[in-house]
Parts: sequence; C-alpha cells; structure tokens
Amino acid sequence: MLHKTVGDRIFNVVNYILLSFITFACLYPVLYVIFASVSDPIQLQAHRGFLYKPLGFTLAGYKAVFKDSDIMTGYANTIFYVVVGVAVNMVFTILGAYVLSRKNLFWKKAIMIIVTITMFFGGGLIPFYLLVKNLGMENTRLALIIPYALNTWNMIIMRTGFESVPGELEEAAKVDGADHFFILTRVILPLSKAVCAVILLYYVVGAWNSWFPAMIFLRERQKFPLQLMLREILITNDTSQMQQGISMTVSGSGQFGETTAYRELIKYTTIVISTVPIMCFYPFIQKYFVKGVYVGSLKG
Amino acid sequence: MSLTGTERQLNKEAAAITVKTRRKVLEVIKKDFKHNWKVYLMALPVVAFYIIFCYGPMWGLSIAFVDFKPRLGILKSPFVGLKHFKNFVTDPYFGRLVTNTFMLNLWGLVFGFPAPIILALSLNEVVNKRFKRTVQTITYMPHFISLVVVCGLIRIFCGSDGLLNDIIAMFGGERTPLLANANLFRPIYTFSGIWQNVGWDSIIYLAAISNVSPELYESATIDGAGRFRRMWHVTIPSIAPTITILLIFAIGGMLGSAHEKIILLYNPVTYEKADVIASYVYRRGLQEFDYSYSAAVGLISSVVNFVFLWCANAAARKMSETSLW
Repeated sequence: MLHKTVGDRIFNVVNYILLSFITFACLYPVLYVIFASVSDPIQLQAHRGFLYKPLGFTLAGYKAVFKDSDIMTGYANTIFYVVVGVAVNMVFTILGAYVLSRKNLFWKKAIMIIVTITMFFGGGLIPFYLLVKNLGMENTRLALIIPYALNTWNMIIMRTGFESVPGELEEAAKVDGADHFFILTRVILPLSKAVCAVILLYYVVGAWNSWFPAMIFLRERQKFPLQLMLREILITNDTSQMQQGISMTVSGSGQFGETTAYRELIKYTTIVISTVPIMCFYPFIQKYFVKGVYVGSLKG
Repeated sequence: MSLTGTERQLNKEAAAITVKTRRKVLEVIKKDFKHNWKVYLMALPVVAFYIIFCYGPMWGLSIAFVDFKPRLGILKSPFVGLKHFKNFVTDPYFGRLVTNTFMLNLWGLVFGFPAPIILALSLNEVVNKRFKRTVQTITYMPHFISLVVVCGLIRIFCGSDGLLNDIIAMFGGERTPLLANANLFRPIYTFSGIWQNVGWDSIIYLAAISNVSPELYESATIDGAGRFRRMWHVTIPSIAPTITILLIFAIGGMLGSAHEKIILLYNPVTYEKADVIASYVYRRGLQEFDYSYSAAVGLISSVVNFVFLWCANAAARKMSETSLW
C-alpha cells in the first residue's frame, strides 16, 4: 500500500529525530529536578553537567519540607483555594454558559455584548486592585476567589458545548413540564461531561498555580498559598521567614558550604512536591483537550 | 399548547420588533420574562460579576485623570486632565518601555509563533500512534507547571553553576550568571516560553489538521507528491485560516504583555531590556503606590492594544476571508 520513496524515508527519519529531540527537551528538566531532589546535596553541589541518575540517595530534603510549617500551611491553603475557588468557578461558568446557550431570550444579545466588550477592553491592574481593596477584600481569602469567579473564555467554551446538546431533548423535557433548572441539571449537564471535565481542569490548574493575586492581596503568611511560599524559596531566595523544617535543616547543617548545598536541595524537593499533584491529574483528561481548546478558540 | 409553540411565536415577535409599536415591545418583554424568568435568575450572578469586576475597574480608570489622594477618594481628588498621560510620554523610561514590550513580542512572534505549527505538522506525519501519543503527553507537561516553578527552574539552570553554564563551559566558554546579562533576557524569556507552551499550543493546529479531508491527500499522492510536498501544498493551506486567526491575536497583543513572568524573572540589572509597560505599571502602582500615574499608563496601553487588534483584523479581512469580526 505504501510506496516509500527515498525522499519520504529521509523525511521520516528527520521527523522522528526532531520529535525525539523536542520530547527530550520537554522532559529532561523535569527528570533533572526529580534526580536532584533525592541526591546527596554535597555531591550535587560538586557535580557539573547533565544528571543521568540521582547522586547518592537521601530523603533529607523531603523530610525537611514536610516538617516545614510554612510549606504545609501553603499546601493546605492551596487545597482550600482550589476546592472552594473552583466550585465557585464552575457554578458561575455553568450558569453563564446556560444563559448564553438559550435560543429564545430577549435580552441575550445585551448580555452577550456586556460579556464581549470585556474580552477586548478592561480597566487594568491598578483600578482592579483598588476595587477589590475598596470592597474590603484585601487580606481576606475571598480576594482570591470572588474577583476571579469567572473566566470568559471558559464560559464561551462551555456554551459551545451546551449548544451541541440536541434541542429535541430539551423540547421533550419541556413538554413534560420541566423548568430551566431541571433542564440544566438533568438534561444538559449529563450530556456535557467532556466539556465540563476540560473546564474543570483549566480552573484547577489555574487555581493551583496562581500566585500573583495572592501576592498583591494577602498580607498574612497563614493565608498564603503554596506558590507564594515557593516564590520565596525559588525566586527571592529568602528562607529567613520560613519556620522550623527548612531553616532548621539549612542552618543546622553546619558549615557555610553545607548550608548552601541544603538550600539548593530544598529547591528541588519543593518543586517536586508542589508539581506532582497536577502532573498526576492532567493525563486523565488529555483526550478531551482537543475538543476544549478547539471549540474555545475558533468559535469564540 | 406546548411551551415551545409559544416560544416560537415569541421569537417571531422579537424579530419583528423594529416595525411594531412600543406597546408591542413591552408586551414581548413581559412575555419573555414570564417564560424565562428562571434563566434571568441564573444570569443575575453572572451579570453582577461582570458589572462589578469588569466594568467596575473601567469606571475606576477615572483615577487616571485625577491626582489621587486616598483620603479624598477618586471623585474629590483634584482633577488634572491629561497630566499623567503627558508625563508618561515624556517619562525618561517611555522609549525603553515601548521598545522592550515591542521587542519581546516580536521575539515571540518570530520564534514562538511558528514553533507549535511546526510541532503539529511534524506530529501529523507520524504513523506510529503510540509514539505520537507519548510525544503529545510529554510536550503538554510543561504547560501544567506553575510560572513560579518555571521561573525557579530558569534561575537554577541559568545560574553560574547551572546546567546551561556547564554546557557553555564544556565548549570552552566562560561561566556567567545568564540572568544578570540584559542581552540574554529576550532569548531566555522567549525560549522558556516555547518550552512551556509549544506542546499545548500545537493542540489547536492538530485539531485543524484532523479536519482536512483525506481525499485531498489521496489525490495529491496520485499526482506524485511526496510527504513534504503534501504537507506544503495540502496541510498548510488547509490550516491557514486557523493560523491567520491566531496571528491576528498575536499581532493584536503586540503592545501588551503578561507581567507575571517578567516580574519573576527580571532584576534591576536587566531592566534595560526586561522592563515592559505591564511590569512598570505594577512597580509604579503597587510597589510605589503611584496609583493615578500607573493607571494612566495602563489605560494608554490597553487603548493602543485595542487599536492594534483592530488594525490586524482589518488587514486580515482585506487580505483573506478570515477575520475575527
């Protein structure tokens, strides 16, 4: 069936090499971090070049991180923000998508205009910050949830998903006397599991990885999400505020050289423990990605 | 009579309102509300969200026209007209900010934009399903890593003891902290962005490619086209509309930028190449509390962005049949 010419074969080989290289480039930094996170910190510090396997083996970094009350507080806070925030996101998005998927609605066009304008123009960072502050939400957990209750793109994607539910099913339900709440929860939602899964994933990933709103709105450390604690460890390189676990391991490790070695080790372990949950989550929903992304981008 | 019959009637009436009298319109609105009040009940929180959190800040932009005094509030602070806008245009950093924002986007357009297209085309030529699935899963992965972690990784790998310097040293180069070199900021920013998003961004092109009719490939094969020429003459023209739309978005955003990654990566040493309008707004506004001035800068940038998007769209409409509106 396939008559391969020489040109086609060369093309094929080049193609496989290119893809293998891209895949390696995407994977290797992650592998490096995993190897480094269980390596002996002193050996790791002395090591130069690529890592092909862990150097020695120690779980000291993980032990320090799990003992650290700041990291654990951050973890618990992030779980709270993800669970509550995403629940709010889903309710708002589903309601909005249902409204915009109605066909016979006098004010639909007006609502659509209200929504569309915000996709092209916004007030910007400073007025948004001042608004949230004036609403009294500064330094409250609400500031990370209510002002981010809805993402317009996600709502449009979900609307397109809802529109693909056959109209006859709704008509039939209506004849039987079903109201809109019944149609939404018993007809539309059960038939839109794929699009709901994709949107859920988008919101979960967004909430898990979010740090900027927390940085500008929160003042107290016990409300900080994990990403903000990570920022101190990875970006500002400041573990002085950290309590117990990390700073004890870092400063209790003796000479200056060892201190920096442990500091490096802890960077790798915190990266691993903060990233693992999302990494375990996304491959399950991967088969729906194409649908979600495609629908959202071209039919918006 | 079923509800649907009434609704169909309602629809007809709604279409004809332009010629009907005002009374008729009121009647339609009443009827619509009677049938759909539960939908409007659902719309209430959503519309409230938009009005408060999207239109509220637009109203709040009025702060850009006053000298904001927290004790007086926006309305009672002295009105200064366009003072802040003039100050921005004559700001010593104005040229640098505009250039940096533009250049960073240009790098993204030149290197970042084609990357997912190439990946998608390349993936499309893979026959082995398992290999294809593996490549996809792995290249999607970086998209799910948080920005804080990605920037942490960049710091680790770009440090003077980092992996990139190890490679440079292997080839006899000198070890330098790469993030402290302003000239390297654009490549580091751009290529780490490609690393993070090339797989994810290729999804949309793969979806577009999967809609290409197999008959086109068959007839091309019969005409003697090899794999490369099939890709060039069939696949690429077929996904051109998708490319155009995404290009409009990319060009439309030429003077905008996400501040989050910049804030995590830059430092005063690299400001000369790394500081963009959005990061300047953040610094002046939220670190130096110069609310009025930074709101004015933000307003200029969103207006300019909107104009850019509009022009890109108009150009696309003139040159091809694809446009956003």
